[in-house]
Amino acid sequence: MSIDIATAAKVAKLARIRVEEDQLPKLAEQLSGILGFMEQLNEVNVDGIEPMVSVTPMRLVRRKDAVTDGNIQAQVLKNAPDAREGFFAVPKVVE
Amino acid sequence: MNANELTIAAARDALRKREISAVDLTMACLTAIDAGDALNAFVHKTPEIALDQARAADERLKGEAPDLCGIPLGIKDLFCTKGVPSQAASGILKGFKPEYESTVTSKLFDAGAVMLGKLNMDEFAMGSSNETSVYGNAVNPWKVDDRKLTPGGSSGGSAAAVAADLCLGATGTDTGGSIRQPAAFTGITGIKPTYGRVSRWGIVAFASSLDQAGPMTKSVRDAAILLQAMSGHDPKDSTSADIPVPDFEAALTGDIRGKKIGIPKEYRMDGMPAEIDALWAQGIAMMKDAGAEIVDISLPHTKYALPTYYVIAPAEASSNLARYDGVRYGHRAKLAAGDGITDMYEKTRAEGFGPEVQRRIMVGTYVLSAGFYDAYYNRARKVRALIKRDFEQVFAAGVDAILTPATPSSAFGLGEMANADPVEMYLNDVFTVTVNLAGLPGVSVPVGLDSKGLPLGLQLIGRPWDEAGLLNHAHVLERAAGFVAKPAKWW
Repeated sequence: MSIDIATAAKVAKLARIRVEEDQLPKLAEQLSGILGFMEQLNEVNVDGIEPMVSVTPMRLVRRKDAVTDGNIQAQVLKNAPDAREGFFAVPKVVE
Repeated sequence: MNANELTIAAARDALRKREISAVDLTMACLTAIDAGDALNAFVHKTPEIALDQARAADERLKGEAPDLCGIPLGIKDLFCTKGVPSQAASGILKGFKPEYESTVTSKLFDAGAVMLGKLNMDEFAMGSSNETSVYGNAVNPWKVDDRKLTPGGSSGGSAAAVAADLCLGATGTDTGGSIRQPAAFTGITGIKPTYGRVSRWGIVAFASSLDQAGPMTKSVRDAAILLQAMSGHDPKDSTSADIPVPDFEAALTGDIRGKKIGIPKEYRMDGMPAEIDALWAQGIAMMKDAGAEIVDISLPHTKYALPTYYVIAPAEASSNLARYDGVRYGHRAKLAAGDGITDMYEKTRAEGFGPEVQRRIMVGTYVLSAGFYDAYYNRARKVRALIKRDFEQVFAAGVDAILTPATPSSAFGLGEMANADPVEMYLNDVFTVTVNLAGLPGVSVPVGLDSKGLPLGLQLIGRPWDEAGLLNHAHVLERAAGFVAKPAKWW
């Protein structure tokens, strides 16, 4: 599967990573190389095989639906690039 | 001998005999660390914390104290350590100081261990040479000409620090070989335990179904001691196994008579250097001499492990790394007038992530995207099931452990792969990645030097949850190999 420049741009957009126009051809080439490497998997007969969900046969444990933590607003906000009045601050989202 | 050169086991005894204090031992390491800046192994030094912990350890050692009490360790930058920079060697976590402590480091500190600082690594543990680090690469203390060599990756700082005696042991993490490959490149021991043996809570996530933490040490005994303290059930990690942890050190009996060691024919790769093949043959002979039965085995899906890994790991990474959005922690790009929230995400992530991490996020995004999910991601998960089944069949046939090379070469020069295709770098993981895909324990043991004088390791793979038996096999291999070489100090 070869990735064209438009697909590379779309993937970058989906991944929310800005890639400048002049870098897209190189990105497309590298992604194509990596995906080409993965094509080998098409040789494997996977008929009737269930996709692996968990590497060890374990059931995910459940806990009681109860509050176990909280009241740590200052700690939660401590590492924020921009926190104001007890909130994370971001550019305007709604017009 | 300087105190920083001790093994954990030897230091444990010396501390109890009052031959040395934890403070003196810690000072010896701090001095070695400052003299070892050329290795770029420690990227955040924590001498004050270390000395506080050492003083507390000396107090505690007056009575009964755990094995690790007063033992100075390095901690990979991937572990969140409270109040201490924890960046996963990424620009996107610049300035991040967690408000909490990872389960593994909590356990180590509760046992009295001393933290010397945070260790270099590949960014988000994505790399095999430590060259994707925002701190610049760590350097292998082994050197045979004027080239500087990679310590391997992703736990390259951990490997360099232990091999150069900057600390007694270190934590590492392993998603596709990130403990075992750097251990092999630097002549030390590293074990990746069974998936679920060690809690992942508080370790920056790369690929959650593959990541496991483990020890990197100067001997197999040290690995047993350190793994003991790191292991155990943790309610905060839903994939952590609620099963008892055996006494790993007590399992080091040195007796493997009658054990079956499998030699997988698929690991004899085309173009494998003759030296690697010869080392493997030596290892087989050593196990046989120790009374083990050598059996040829087949793991037919081995050749598909790398492509499977390079679908699954980036897919999980693209999801895990979605959290780095410039809102809650770490870097946020400077915005231009009129930039909206999507501009903020895109600019922040373009500035904060290095090229390899960006590439893997985008590969992951692609293989999970509508229309390609079945063709790539689901197919890879099916092949993963087959890879695991290969191992299950071998173990069901009575094999106790599997012996393979650890890496396809000895350490290569820093920068030598700079113009290589990304896929070429991925080939470093060819012998290790199957173990992560199958969730098994694997250990790398230094066995010899190549013709250039660089260390080479062999890998032993164990049954699920049988780290005890695996470490005993590794102990036998270590004893038979008698690897005592140390890098000549140039730094």
